[in-house]
Amino acid sequence: MAEPLDDYIDAVSKALALPVEEAWRPAVRANLEVSLRLGRLVDEFALPDETEPAPIFTV
Amino acid sequence: MTTKPEMTAAGIAGAVAAGKMSALEATEAALARIKQYDGVLNSFTDVTADRARAKARAMDADIAAGKAVGPLAGVPFAVKNLFDVAGLSTRAGSKINRDLAPSRRDATLIERLEAAGAVLVGALNMGEYAYDFTGENVHDGPSRNPHDPTRMTGGSSGGSGSAVGGALVPIALGSDTNGSIRVPSSFCGIFGLKPTYGRLSRARSFPFVASLDHLGPFARDVTDLALAYDAMQGPDADDGACTTRGLEPTLPLLANPISDLRIAIAGGYFQKNVFPEAVEAVSRVAKALGTTEVVDVPEAARARAAAYVITTTEGASLHLDRLRKRPDDFDPAVRDRLIAGAMVPAPLVDRAQKFRRWYRAQFAEIFRSVDVLIAPATPCTAPKLGQVNFNLDGVELPVRANIGIHTQPISFIGLPVVAVPVPLEPLPIGVQIICAPWREDIALRVAYALEKMGVVAAPAPRGI
Repeated sequence: MAEPLDDYIDAVSKALALPVEEAWRPAVRANLEVSLRLGRLVDEFALPDETEPAPIFTV
Repeated sequence: MTTKPEMTAAGIAGAVAAGKMSALEATEAALARIKQYDGVLNSFTDVTADRARAKARAMDADIAAGKAVGPLAGVPFAVKNLFDVAGLSTRAGSKINRDLAPSRRDATLIERLEAAGAVLVGALNMGEYAYDFTGENVHDGPSRNPHDPTRMTGGSSGGSGSAVGGALVPIALGSDTNGSIRVPSSFCGIFGLKPTYGRLSRARSFPFVASLDHLGPFARDVTDLALAYDAMQGPDADDGACTTRGLEPTLPLLANPISDLRIAIAGGYFQKNVFPEAVEAVSRVAKALGTTEVVDVPEAARARAAAYVITTTEGASLHLDRLRKRPDDFDPAVRDRLIAGAMVPAPLVDRAQKFRRWYRAQFAEIFRSVDVLIAPATPCTAPKLGQVNFNLDGVELPVRANIGIHTQPISFIGLPVVAVPVPLEPLPIGVQIICAPWREDIALRVAYALEKMGVVAAPAPRGI
C-alpha cells in the first residue's frame, strides 16, 4: 500500500530528474518525514514579516 | 633522538628551534608512530611521507644556514581528507571524488601552517562528504577510537580525532558544520576549536553546507591549539565568507586571569537528553569555574531543527548532479538522506534561515550579561561502532542523528567554541566552552585555566 508521501516523492523525483529506486524509497521517505517534522517546528514559529535571512553570520 | 608520543607541538617546535632535535627527526618519529599504530586506528587515508621528509630536510637546511624558523618548526600535522593537498585527489570521504584530478595547490590553512614551520604528514579518514557524526566510512572503514578501538571516534572529522587522540600527530585539522570538530574531540578526549563562522579560510577545501561550514584545529593541549589557530588566522580573498578582520593572536592572552569573566551553564535544552557522564563532565567544569548560574537558551530545539533543515537541503543542492549520475557510488545512508533533502519545500529552508536571524539576536542578548556559556559537547561517551540506537531520557533514538544535538544549536549561528576533554573513566567526554562572536581568545583562556587546574586533559591513548 502506498504511503502518504509516495506521490510527493514520485513528483519531485520526476521534476528534479532525481532517481529514486524502489529499494531506496523507505529510507528516503523516513528521512523526508524527519526533515518535514523538523521543518514544521521551524514553520510554526511566528516571525516578523521584515525578518531577513541570515545565511552568513556577520557582526 | 625520537619524540615521545605525548610530545606537544610547542615542545617539538622549541626543540627544533633550539637545535636539540632536527625537523627530520620529528617527522620520522611521527611517520614511525603512524606505521606502528594506524593499522589499528585507521585514521590516515594518505601518508605523504616523501613530501614530509623533503619539507623537513629543507627546514633543517634553513636552520643550519642560520635562518629564522616559525613557531611550529618541525611540527608534524595531518588534515581531514576534504582539504586540498597538492598531488592528491580531495576525496572528502567519498568514492566518487577519487576520480577528481589531483589538487594543484594546498588548502590555505595547510599553506599557513607550513609557513609557520609545520610539516604535513598526511590526510585523514572522515565520514562521507562530512554528513556524519560517527566517524564510520563505508569506503575506507571506520576510524577507531584510541581509547577503545571497538568504539566510534565521532564524526565527521573522525580520523582527525583518532590521529590526535592516539598521539600520532600533535595537531590535526578538521571541519565542523554541525559538530564535526567538537564531537570527535569529545569521543577521543582531545581539545578542538571551532572558530567563529568566517574566521578561518575554507579556501581549497571540499564544502558541505556553505552557510554552516567551519574549519579548525585539534590538539592535545590548549597551548598547541592556540599556536595552530594563531598561525592560520587572516583574511583570504579565496573564501568569500572569510572575515577581513586582522590577526587577533590568542597565545599571548592564554594565561590571563579569568576572574573577570562572567561564566554560566547553558540551561533548558542543554541540560536535557544527556547521559550521566555528560552531566558529570559539565558539573566538574562548572565547579572548577566557580559557577552555579544557569542561563536558559530560548528555542534551542528549534535552532537544531533549523540547522538540520538547512544542512540537508544545502547538502542536497551541492550533490544534486552526483545523485543523478552516480547514486550507487554513495554510501546508501548518505545518498538517501541527501535525496530526501532535495525534496524539502523551499519555504521551509527560507524560514530556517530567517529563524537563524531571530535566534542570533537572542544570543546577542545573552552575551550582554554573560561572557562564557558551558554545555555538553555530546550526550554520551563514544558509542560502540555500528551502534544504531541509544536510550536518551527514556526515549529510544537513533545514535547517528542525535550525537550532535548539543553542538548543532551553537554552530547554527557561528559562535566560537573550544571543546575541552574531561578525562572520566573509562572514557573521556567533552564540554563546550562557548563565547560571543570573535572571542576565541576568551574560550581559549577558560580552557587553559581548566587545564592548569587539572580538570581537563587529553588522556594517554589506552586502546593502542
